[in-house]
Amino acid sequence: MITRRGAALGLTGYWLAGGVPVPARAGDLTEGATGRGGTEALIALPGKKPLIKRSFRPPNYETPLADLARAFTANEAFFVRYHLAVIPEVDVGAWRLRVGGKSTQHPLVLSLADLRRDFKQVSIAAVGQCSGNRRGLFMPRAPGVQWTSGATGNALWSGVRLRDILQRAGVGADALEVVFDGADSPVLSSTPDYLKSLPVDRALDESTLVALEMNGRPLPHWNGAPARLVVPGWTATYWMKHLTEIRIEPTPFDGFWMKGAYRIPTGAFPGRRFTSQENADTTPITEILVNSLITSHVSGERLHRGASAELVGKAWDNGAGIERVEVSTDGQRSWREATLGRDLGRFAWREFRWKIDTSSAGIVHITTRARSRNGTSQPDKLTPNPSGYHHNLMQELVLEVA
Amino acid sequence: MRRHRGLLGAAVIALGAGSVLADQPPRDESGIQLQAAPGRELTVSHCAICHSLDYIPMNAPVMDAGAWKKSIQKMRERFGAPLTDEEAAQVLGYLSSNYSHH
Repeated sequence: MITRRGAALGLTGYWLAGGVPVPARAGDLTEGATGRGGTEALIALPGKKPLIKRSFRPPNYETPLADLARAFTANEAFFVRYHLAVIPEVDVGAWRLRVGGKSTQHPLVLSLADLRRDFKQVSIAAVGQCSGNRRGLFMPRAPGVQWTSGATGNALWSGVRLRDILQRAGVGADALEVVFDGADSPVLSSTPDYLKSLPVDRALDESTLVALEMNGRPLPHWNGAPARLVVPGWTATYWMKHLTEIRIEPTPFDGFWMKGAYRIPTGAFPGRRFTSQENADTTPITEILVNSLITSHVSGERLHRGASAELVGKAWDNGAGIERVEVSTDGQRSWREATLGRDLGRFAWREFRWKIDTSSAGIVHITTRARSRNGTSQPDKLTPNPSGYHHNLMQELVLEVA
Repeated sequence: MRRHRGLLGAAVIALGAGSVLADQPPRDESGIQLQAAPGRELTVSHCAICHSLDYIPMNAPVMDAGAWKKSIQKMRERFGAPLTDEEAAQVLGYLSSNYSHH
């Protein structure tokens, strides 16, 4: 039986592992939040509502399940993820975005006012998701921040197309990658600063933004104020917060956070390749895999016999668009299609609904899987990788009708 | 006898209350208490330079001596943690003994 505390913390219970339903964490269902060393709590950062604290410094906080039920995740509920502990409050008036690099024809220095005045303002709805979302549910288990399912969220991002900035700076014919730096920095000078790069064509994609607003309000400090990169369809490791510098370069960027982190086994996953950073063994994680999350129920819940009950959740992918969400109640022998909600844009998540049959008493064993228009579906087995990225198993939920 | 049992009962309740309080997750970084054992001070003084100590219990269910060795090696070689070989060995001993899944 799941504890109330467990439910409040968004422990959604069961995921499939190797085709055999297992508890997401043996401890979760009985010991609630303190089952893993007493490190979890609902704690509010300044300007945020109480979120599930994973670490205080650098701050890593995930969104409770109830807050993922909304079409757009509220700014104060959106997850927080940092690698480095020195996080300055950026002075908006003094802030400047520098654009340079060896493949830049006309280096630029832009203020926030410049970005607002001189560039077309655009908006895009997109899921921002940590590469390690659900790492804490990975089997075999993987070290790192032990996220459950709340290192993800959907927001309306507004700002300027990165392409418009890059084109104003002039993209040289030899441009290979675009490198991004943010204002946050390490405690020790011996620790590599957090910089990331994108392939130049992804940087020039019309969906890639330098966002100034989130859900119609200035970006919260903890989500990258005053400007952050938004790379719809790609995991949020690339979504540089507190953006300060952009460099267009003719060579592969060789920083630690590209060469030594956020890498997956080469060829193990679908999604576009980042060839200038790839080697025979590993390659950078890139696109979000097709995924879904039930937000209406958690395993162990009891439903009243004969009362109407609806399974509700969200499904998302790399921007190809959700084709369908299917539900099985007979151990994956047969599947029924859930009803999809309004399309908020191909990079946003899509709501799904499915009526639960409560006509007879007993255990209801529900499996859900989403299918993308890119031809992939959520799998029934995880693809092992050392850092526990890309957890996108079909979800399994056990309810009781009584 | 009856009175004794009453006192014992009260003591058990008090202990219970104490342990409930002790099990409450800390509200800020200063409330994190690592296991008292040889090597704790060295571990705290080095690890807490760059990150809060909740990373240690958070990862304990995933870790064993081999995984801690790799983690400490990564902290030294990739993240520039200032640890001598001898200090690293002591931190490894402390983490392996107190924060491993078996």
